[in-house]
Amino acid sequence: MRYALALVLLGIAGALVFFLLTLPNSVDADRIARIQAHPPDVTNGESVFWLSGCASCHSVQGADGDARLELVGGYELKSDFGTFVAPNVSTHPDDGIGGWTLAQFATSLIAGVSPDGGHYYPAYPYQSYARMTDADIGDLWAYWQTLPAIATPDDQPETALGFPFNIRRGVGLWKLAFLDDAPLVDPATLPETAQIARGQYITEGMGHCGECHTPRNLAGALRRDVWLAGADNPSGPGGIPNITPHPDGLDNWSEDDIAFSLESGFTPEFDSMGGTMASVVKNLANVSGEDRAAIAAYLKAIPQHPDTR
Amino acid sequence: MPMFSKTVKIALAVATVSTFAGVVTVSAQDPIAERKASMKSVGGAIRPLVGFARGQADYDQAVAIASFTTMNEVAQRYGDLFPEGSETGGETKARPEIWTDRAGFDEQVANFEAVTAAAIAANPADVDAFRAVFGPVGQSCGSCHEKYQVSSN
Repeated sequence: MRYALALVLLGIAGALVFFLLTLPNSVDADRIARIQAHPPDVTNGESVFWLSGCASCHSVQGADGDARLELVGGYELKSDFGTFVAPNVSTHPDDGIGGWTLAQFATSLIAGVSPDGGHYYPAYPYQSYARMTDADIGDLWAYWQTLPAIATPDDQPETALGFPFNIRRGVGLWKLAFLDDAPLVDPATLPETAQIARGQYITEGMGHCGECHTPRNLAGALRRDVWLAGADNPSGPGGIPNITPHPDGLDNWSEDDIAFSLESGFTPEFDSMGGTMASVVKNLANVSGEDRAAIAAYLKAIPQHPDTR
Repeated sequence: MPMFSKTVKIALAVATVSTFAGVVTVSAQDPIAERKASMKSVGGAIRPLVGFARGQADYDQAVAIASFTTMNEVAQRYGDLFPEGSETGGETKARPEIWTDRAGFDEQVANFEAVTAAAIAANPADVDAFRAVFGPVGQSCGSCHEKYQVSSN
């Protein structure tokens, strides 16, 4: 009897600890105030939109031109945990996020928490977006207001995950372990140039390059010890290449080769990059040459790793 | 006879680009090897065009036409190189969607043929005219590879 009572108490204590540990955190009020106080720059917001690759998951697969601004969702990311379906994030007031405030948008982007206080799954790359500046978040939201409102088609699939991954609250534990906005490459080990710093900010943050190019551990978190060393394709057959300066990676690509490939899709062998990278190129064709060069400079400066797969 | 010399020049350039690109005749029993060789020849044809587009080499109309011709020839037979049974093997980067969404794939190949034919027909005399027809060709590569090619093996 006494043991039973102890077990019950232990169970209650455990549930309480789980409840507290997995409580969705909101973003600190001062930070929200700073983001709100920033005078929005829509032009920079457009650049942030393309650097962040929003269209690659939230517009219809294979879309071109203005159709990439129709953020209706529906892209299926098939993972070991189940299939994640990108939601409608168009400005539609009911089906999309047209009714959101800037504070809600910022909280979703950097804390992975929805307006109703639930955790988003890290298929949404907030683990990377957490590194975005206040100005870039504010500008992105200002640009978002210029995008069309699109209703969700009735036949659009929904995210389907198996137990226990379907318990959103569990994502709270994942965040405690892995959500961190610290730099992924120690800036002290990189040449101190404004260009490389910009490249680091883009690549580790809004560019979220590591989300595909870095292997994940069993919990689905990015392995910092082999940052950008290539990985299995998280959303289909094949793999994602190593983009460190190792011979398995970009050793024989010049900075200019990398920057040009991000603009045109052509590798130094004049193959045209396929799969999701073709979509990334469609995004990056819209950003400045300086930003593409900054990504290239960073990729040539980071620690090299052999392939892990 | 300037017309004649231009024709000869183009013919020579076609021959040169084709040789340089290493157009390989592979037995039809091995469609995976044949489509890889075809795409390699397209890559070889694109090489000088990228140089023109980026201003790294002086524009040469004959070379441009020769390259577009190589690509157009590949486009015309490319769709036949994906028979049933060639879905896997030989480190192919072909996605299964080529066979499950054949109409979509055929449309991409037809587009590749159309944009290269348009580039040849435009016969661009200077680099600006060339850039205008080369853009859609480059986009046709990315558009098809996005849907029907895996990033890497």
